[in-house]
Amino acid sequence: MQTYLPVANLPVDIFLVAGMGLAVGFISGMFGIGGGFLMTPLLIFIGISPAVAVASVGSHVAASSFTGAIHYWRQRALDLALALMLLGAGIIGTATGVWLFTELRELDQLDLAIGLAYVTLLTVVGAVMIFESARAELRARKGMPPILRRPGSHHWFHGLPLKFRFKRSKIYVSVIPVWAIGFIIGFIGAIMGIGGGFLLVPMLIYFLRVPTAIVIGTSMVLTLITMISATVMHATTNHLVDVVLAVLLMIGGVVGAQFGARAGQHIRGERLRLLLGILVLLVGLRFAYDLIVPPADAFSLRPVRDV
Amino acid sequence: MPRLVLAMVLVLLAHPAAAERLVVSLSNHRVQITSSFAGEDVVLFGTVEPDRGQAALKQGYDLVVTVTGPRETFRTRRKERVAGIWVNVDSREFVRVPSYLAVLTNRPVADIANPETLRSLQVGLDNFLLPQRIGPDIADTVRNDPYRVAFVRLESEHGLYREAPNAVTFLTPTVFRAAIPLPADIPTGTFGIDVKLFSGGALVARTNSALEVIKVGFEQYVADAARDYGLLYGVVTALIALLTGWLASVVFRRD
Repeated sequence: MQTYLPVANLPVDIFLVAGMGLAVGFISGMFGIGGGFLMTPLLIFIGISPAVAVASVGSHVAASSFTGAIHYWRQRALDLALALMLLGAGIIGTATGVWLFTELRELDQLDLAIGLAYVTLLTVVGAVMIFESARAELRARKGMPPILRRPGSHHWFHGLPLKFRFKRSKIYVSVIPVWAIGFIIGFIGAIMGIGGGFLLVPMLIYFLRVPTAIVIGTSMVLTLITMISATVMHATTNHLVDVVLAVLLMIGGVVGAQFGARAGQHIRGERLRLLLGILVLLVGLRFAYDLIVPPADAFSLRPVRDV
Repeated sequence: MPRLVLAMVLVLLAHPAAAERLVVSLSNHRVQITSSFAGEDVVLFGTVEPDRGQAALKQGYDLVVTVTGPRETFRTRRKERVAGIWVNVDSREFVRVPSYLAVLTNRPVADIANPETLRSLQVGLDNFLLPQRIGPDIADTVRNDPYRVAFVRLESEHGLYREAPNAVTFLTPTVFRAAIPLPADIPTGTFGIDVKLFSGGALVARTNSALEVIKVGFEQYVADAARDYGLLYGVVTALIALLTGWLASVVFRRD
């Protein structure tokens, strides 16, 4: 069944788009990531222009993360204080990222920057997560107790001033690394057109040692707020948000996110991290493939605003 | 005085059969995009009124219909391998070129007239003027310029540029019909239709028409809102997202 998208200017199959929303929503609910890094390439693949895809995915991610966040809020697996602290620095990071985005787009090197950023971040983050969680998994198999927290193995930044106690996360840490993480997420998110959940989740787990369950809920709150503001910003500046596309994606997305969030809670932390690690690594390798393998067509087109 | 006569002779030579009349009509002047729009064919009908009796008919007519969509600027980029990875190394801007360009004829363009005539009348994709920004200048290039070739090829792959040598059918020697295929992702706006009649390799008559592609109803409402009320539109979209997310969590609540 086809319907015409009034802003993207083309017809799409309703069930195909809602199905894509469902699948990505499931993954997003399960791992606490927005899923933009999966959805945007999918939309481009079915013929929607990259600009409309990036602008419209935000509201789908917002809907999925809102329903996920409600779920984790009810489970009390959410640290609002940490989320707000990350967000403050994230806004500055986003502004810096948006500026660089525009510069790179003018130079026609945006594709390259996005490609390289994806490859580097996804493969490194994915590989580290797989390695770490596989080790934890092996320890569990051998019957050894999991390493929950090693009091002696503090990172150097634990010595920094401005310490703050995040009660829900059970951590007592300087706000400087929290701000740094927030800034990086905002910056990278703006450049790559994604919420950055897949980066935030491992960063909170490995650097700040926030428990996995709390990380997912917290990441969702952060993703929700960034994506809501991204939707409004895109609609105001580029006028490229397609509400029909967004609604189709949302309907699939929220249902998927509900089931994903439930599925995620039945899986042990380290196994969840292993799965996310594999997913992230695969997407990273996919982008590496695009950069290294000769393209089918060396030429590409991009509409330019008339001057 | 001899100069004036010469000028008159030249004019007469240039339009040897200017008395031929071309009358065309469209099946639909207004293509409406609704929620079920999936592309459409607009049919162009027409007749030739030969003025010199049956003599001219012996040679037969050739017809070229050129449909041009609203103008847009595009950048064509070229990738090259740099340090092992594929990078956009160079680009060219095509300035205010048609977003849709269809050349419909009754036989291959090259058979209709000689290359000079085709070139000067911009008949066919190869001869249509596609100005590029090259440094400070804006000019069309030679037809085998790699950027021009790539641009036409990419637009053709999208179904937005086409040259169809069998799209015009002569039902009788003077009555013709041509289907203008508008793909599903057609840009909206006014489309110019230029109809040229050739006989014996020379242009004998020319006329034009236009059609409009517009969004109607809900589609138009959404597109207008997105363009004119960006902030409100964004806020409404965000609220829909929150509402959908909240509804799902209510519907799926298990307690």
